[in-house]
Amino acid sequence: MKRLAGRGRINQDRTISFTWDGRAMSAHPGDTVASVLLANGIRVLGSSVLMNRPRGVVTDTMSDPNAFGQIGTGESSEPLMRLTQVEVYEGLTAMSRIHKGVLPTGTDTGRFEKRHAHCDVLVAGAGPAGLAAALAAAEAGARVLLVDEHPHLGGSLLGEDVVIDDRPAHLWVAEVEQRLRDNPAVTILTRTTVFNVGDQGAIALMQRVSEHLPEAKRRGRALRRMWQVRTHELVVATGATERPLVFPNNDRPGVMLAAGVRGYLHRYGLVPERAVVFTTNDDAYRTVLDLINAGVDVTRVVDVRPDPQGWLPRRARELGVEVRGGSVVMDTTAAADGALAGVVVAPLGGGETELITCDVLAVSGGWDPLFDLHHYLGGTARWDEQLLAFVQDNVVAGQRVTGAAAGIFGTTACRRDGHLIGLVAAEATGFGSATSGPAAPEAADVTEQAPADFVRVAAVDGDESHSFVDHHRDVTMAGIERALNSGITNVEHLKRYTLVGTGTEQGRTAKVNAGRLAADHFDLDFHMIGVSNARPPSQPVTFGSFAGRALGARFDPVRTTAIHSWHVAHGAVFEDVGQWKRPWFFPQGTEDMDAAVLRECAAVREGVGMMDASTLGKIDLRGKDVGVFLDRLYTGTMGTLKVGRARYGVMCKADGMVFDDGVVLRVAEDNFVATTTTGGAAGVLDWMEDFLQTEWPDLDVWLTSVTEQWATVAVVGPQVRTVMSTLAPELDVTQDSFKFMQVEDAVVAGMPARVARISFSGELAFEINVPTTSGLAMWEAVFAAGEPYGITPYGTEAMHVLRAEKGYFIVGQETDGTVTPLDLGLDWMIADKEFVGRRSLRRTDMLREDRKQLVGILPVDPNDRLPEGAQLIETAEYEIPVAMIGHVTSSYESAAMGRTFGLALVRGGRSRIGETIYAPLLDRTVAVELVDPIIFDAEGTRRDG
Amino acid sequence: MFQIRCPYCGPRDEPEFKYGGQAHVAYPADPEQLSDEEWTRFLFVRDNSRGRYAERWNHAAGCRRWFNVIRDTGTHEMVGSYRSGERPEDAR
Repeated sequence: MKRLAGRGRINQDRTISFTWDGRAMSAHPGDTVASVLLANGIRVLGSSVLMNRPRGVVTDTMSDPNAFGQIGTGESSEPLMRLTQVEVYEGLTAMSRIHKGVLPTGTDTGRFEKRHAHCDVLVAGAGPAGLAAALAAAEAGARVLLVDEHPHLGGSLLGEDVVIDDRPAHLWVAEVEQRLRDNPAVTILTRTTVFNVGDQGAIALMQRVSEHLPEAKRRGRALRRMWQVRTHELVVATGATERPLVFPNNDRPGVMLAAGVRGYLHRYGLVPERAVVFTTNDDAYRTVLDLINAGVDVTRVVDVRPDPQGWLPRRARELGVEVRGGSVVMDTTAAADGALAGVVVAPLGGGETELITCDVLAVSGGWDPLFDLHHYLGGTARWDEQLLAFVQDNVVAGQRVTGAAAGIFGTTACRRDGHLIGLVAAEATGFGSATSGPAAPEAADVTEQAPADFVRVAAVDGDESHSFVDHHRDVTMAGIERALNSGITNVEHLKRYTLVGTGTEQGRTAKVNAGRLAADHFDLDFHMIGVSNARPPSQPVTFGSFAGRALGARFDPVRTTAIHSWHVAHGAVFEDVGQWKRPWFFPQGTEDMDAAVLRECAAVREGVGMMDASTLGKIDLRGKDVGVFLDRLYTGTMGTLKVGRARYGVMCKADGMVFDDGVVLRVAEDNFVATTTTGGAAGVLDWMEDFLQTEWPDLDVWLTSVTEQWATVAVVGPQVRTVMSTLAPELDVTQDSFKFMQVEDAVVAGMPARVARISFSGELAFEINVPTTSGLAMWEAVFAAGEPYGITPYGTEAMHVLRAEKGYFIVGQETDGTVTPLDLGLDWMIADKEFVGRRSLRRTDMLREDRKQLVGILPVDPNDRLPEGAQLIETAEYEIPVAMIGHVTSSYESAAMGRTFGLALVRGGRSRIGETIYAPLLDRTVAVELVDPIIFDAEGTRRDG
Repeated sequence: MFQIRCPYCGPRDEPEFKYGGQAHVAYPADPEQLSDEEWTRFLFVRDNSRGRYAERWNHAAGCRRWFNVIRDTGTHEMVGSYRSGERPEDAR
């Protein structure tokens, strides 16, 4: 195409340059990549996805099925960008990759942001209907958010030569825009696409903030911004898109949509040398008239209708254009590069053919309202026999469709409908009254002659393999027929089988034709067949946009204890437990993990160790009924606990499966503190709160999470009393004065502390609890006091080994939601009273003797450590498939026993103690002896030191 | 993303809430008196109907209160919400 001086909404006084496939292109501010390519004589953009056919620009809107390309270079490069939307800027690099992009593999350096907003009326689309709706709603008093994907307001008016109120349309647009911008309750977002509509007015927008600017000017600005808007009312004013026609070789570069041709004229000042127009309707004659007006040779209008007599065809004839009714384009010819050279015209139904030379064939098969947003919440559509188009069929609450999207064509009618819809939407949100609002614009559009119901020109030789229904996916008439002949009768199946309507373009120009051709094939009414459903997102949205700034350290919160800095300074290797960072082990020198854990375990069993237990969940319970409450939740009794005492407890869900465990401390008559597992704390609090609020609101119990208010230092090992005496000379820690499960408030290292004798290792142990702010000081004091005795900080791995030696299970390691307290051998903890889940423990399935039960395992080879999760079977020799009778839940090397050991869940395991079963691994089969879970210090003598 | 009306705090976005399943399923007063079948029905069987459905929500990132919502499971219309102790007819 060629550029006309002084035409188009671009600045022809300034020239900018960018590269296309490495070639320098000359452009003007306001151009898109697509318009520049046309202006620079690049008709062939690339080759099609399956058949390698040369393809070119089809139209000037989002609906173009071919105009895609790779934009940018390096890590910020993006594939499959719409060239009809990408605005050129100095230095832009674009590459011809129309159907298949290249994904950068590194880190995206672009900045993405998110924003939340609320409004009363969100108007999607700023064409004549959307502008009128936004203005009416705003002037009625509603907060309005007006969204449009173009850089400028006006919608279809940008690409038309239309007069509104006796002046050019752009002056009307400018006036409305000014009134909207002067209204503080209005927000206008251009370069913004509505990509999803959710329940209760949740609208998702993607705003292109700076990607249209040269890199140097983007500094500090987001590339894109995702908006999450909550609106009361949604007005869908997304316009319509022109439908192509199906005929042999209808995909040659130069075959364009008629409205696209006049769009390129009015928006970018681009015109063909010599055009032919092929139409089923009057609207395409607007292209004819505008081209003539611009001095273009419109050689022929090929109209399917036998006798086009509307005012537009008549006007075209008056201007000397040869309008041939009852005729069709039956084929096209190509130049050397594959682009259009001419069209073959013939009477409809056969007759003498004629070859006409042209560089552009402007096609119109009618108009399809675009109302995808209406479909996202279950909106339906019906085929309108007068319009020959789909229009909305039902009403979706909180949504209204207006303008061309509602099948209302003509600028005046769109303004009038938009105005009324704007008033109704405002009224629905409590502003103004639709019946008494300001009057709608007067004057009617001139009526047009009815369009022809026509989709396709059959190939004369019967070869339909070059008649394209979906250019984007290379679906031809032959492909559609093959699918329909194979028995497909449903458009959704047709879509999946042929890929029609799939891909980045989502079939805006293909879906309706595909459905109509299917209906024709079966000789059914079209409404029996329909079109495949539109689903969000309406446009591709990059992952970076969803991530926003929640990347790296901001991806997920990290919780650290008051003592974290000490752990870091002392070389701890950390383990993630939920969001907590816990020291896993503290390697010394060149120690590996195994060596470090063995050393830490030995220190606890032989001397004294210390660990940071601050992450354990702590729930403070107050009120006169706490005892009753806890008795209903724990399998054991808690109400009988004396002040200053602690008790271990297990909780089940209603299904009888172990849910969480921990020690409960009674610190006052009406004040308990329940500890939970680190990962389970939030869930336990929620669960307790649920029962209190919904089942037992009569109980006087108040819950507070105090996990982060307390730091806990566990001091563990046979030498712990010596360390405690140094730390708290006034506290009597002898066995008679400070018994197991006793709780004392005391001054430790000069700090007020709550000390409890709780052990998760089987060793004599004290847990020193202090306010979080004193946590680090207490830890350092304990370390200093213990140093003469070689006190050893240990991490979660050593803790796990020590507790496993004692057969203590861990929720989430030995249990997985299918394990009851009975399976764990906790029969002694089931008190004779009602508690949540108790009834489940005597369900038939719970009484089965072959349930998986907790046992200890000793590999016959004491140096062989099994992987956790290893399956267990009956025999050493086996053939796959083989019955699994259990699995290894924990497996470690024990410093105290000088051998490997583990815990396992094994079918009927408790009655099989002493037997040998096998763990089949990839490289070996390991014999293991089943033993009691308490492998070390079965008598429990170490607990009291 | 739903918008849910917390009866204590007002309308808020769904991420602030935690779902709690069908409403008005009380923990049996005396579970020991129930047959295995009755107990199993309480544990595992819930309505899964199309249309208006009473369900529990917890304003977990807000006031932490549990309350009930009437939601249309076919259209996701939030018909109304009401506090524990109020009747479904009181939903607003």
